[in-house]
Amino acid sequence: MTREDIRSTILEVIADIVPDEDLSALTGDVRIRDQIELDSMDFLDIIMELRKRYGVEVPEDDYMELATLDGSVNYLEPRMKEI
Amino acid sequence: MIYDAIIIGAGMSGLAAGIRLAYFDKKVCILEKHSRVGGLNSFYTFNGYKLDVGLHAVTNYVPKGIKSAPLPKLLRQLRLRIEDFDLYQQKMSAVRFPDKCLRFTNDFNFFVQEIAENFPSQTDNFQQLLKKIFAYDELSLTAKPVSARKVVSSYLSDPLLIEMIFCPLMYYGSARENDVEFAQFVIMFKSILCEGFARPQVGVRKIIEALVGKYRECGGELRINSGVKTIRIIDNKVKSVLLENGEELIGEKIISSAGYLETMQLLSGLDPSKVKTREGQLSFMEFILILDTEPTKKGYDTTITFYNNSNEFVYQKPVGLADISSGVICCPNNFLFDKPLPEGIIRITNMANFELWDGLDEEDYRIQKTECLEATLKEVAKIIPDFRSSIKAVDIFTPKTIHKYTGHLNGAPYGAPDKIKDGRTHLDNLFICGTDQGFLGIVGAMLSGISMANLHVLMG
Repeated sequence: MTREDIRSTILEVIADIVPDEDLSALTGDVRIRDQIELDSMDFLDIIMELRKRYGVEVPEDDYMELATLDGSVNYLEPRMKEI
Repeated sequence: MIYDAIIIGAGMSGLAAGIRLAYFDKKVCILEKHSRVGGLNSFYTFNGYKLDVGLHAVTNYVPKGIKSAPLPKLLRQLRLRIEDFDLYQQKMSAVRFPDKCLRFTNDFNFFVQEIAENFPSQTDNFQQLLKKIFAYDELSLTAKPVSARKVVSSYLSDPLLIEMIFCPLMYYGSARENDVEFAQFVIMFKSILCEGFARPQVGVRKIIEALVGKYRECGGELRINSGVKTIRIIDNKVKSVLLENGEELIGEKIISSAGYLETMQLLSGLDPSKVKTREGQLSFMEFILILDTEPTKKGYDTTITFYNNSNEFVYQKPVGLADISSGVICCPNNFLFDKPLPEGIIRITNMANFELWDGLDEEDYRIQKTECLEATLKEVAKIIPDFRSSIKAVDIFTPKTIHKYTGHLNGAPYGAPDKIKDGRTHLDNLFICGTDQGFLGIVGAMLSGISMANLHVLMG
């Protein structure tokens, strides 16, 4: 997957978890949770969905890496480029 | 076959835990000892009438669009839509004491107004209490238990108002006599007074069917008529679960919704010193009355009435078979449905004493049920319009019935007075969800299953 693919994959996952949120204006370098209503249970689900759909494992210590959209893309790029 | 998780009990919490695990591709099996799922909130057919048991109303109702409340939260977690529950809002409910009546709807401002009108001297105190309630993290799994009576009476100074607020909240979930833990008070306060009541047109079966449907769609396995006989322990871990039919199942993790003490009693070679919880004592009886008319035609338009016939509300195991001095009158017809229900129904719930009912022989049991019915109807006729001449069928359940169908010790539907919020037991891979974990109401029950599945299986 390219960085662009990874970005749209993450947005797709978030859209499935919080279908009522408008994601079109999400800024890449601001915490996702500061931009849309996403609680800790929803956040856990992003990680769970990535594992379910793409087999990507994110250890608990790395959860913070996924706080922003840009951070997520950077973190996931080496882990998803072969997909 | 080794399951990732075995869940004991197919009630609201077990099913919700099961959906989470099955959705994320865990091999999961739910074991239900009865022929029907639902646990404390289920349904049955009596003389051709389709009736609910347990659930009077779904609490925590919020309109579509609000995202941060428990109901939408749990729907997101279960990948369900609000439409799947087919909920219709209540008309209006009331807490009735001899000198005062506080009405409430699903609009919290209405209740605030009721307090201002009935207890003008308490208006500011009540606002301060609300601040405390809204700032409190009631879902914290680590908070220290505090007495709600202590906290609330440090804000409100009119004892009658305190009693009137505690009455509905205790009835809908307190496992503790005359008090409730403050976090649970906050959960109940928000779920009943700030958010509110709703009901599916066809009753609780709609919710249970939605849960079972989702669980099966995710690939979860559900076994009914599969009571657990023994949980086998080796080296401080659950090794396997032995069913009453002799079958043995192996699971990496076990989540039990059977109640904490009830689960402990299933452990092989149980060390009694490891069991630290008191038994729950509060049980109830319920009278389900089928009327030959709609209750509104008799002039009764209230959804749920919580009554108490003195200024002091006593919430404890009665000394007699039942305590009719207070109770809950629920009218399933009085929700804002699109079309009327097929029957007029009134349900009356009173506190009752398990040991006394359990000690009666068959004939006395029958006679006492009828005597209690007459006494409670007489009492209720003082509070709402008299509908005794309209009754065409009655079904009655007692603490013994609750014990028989839920397995809860003492027929105590709200379980043990002390809750285990993190769901952990002395065994590494055995966890508790549902009633004894401590999120209350049916929305709480589902959130309990979800949280425990997340914490102990998906993250752990």
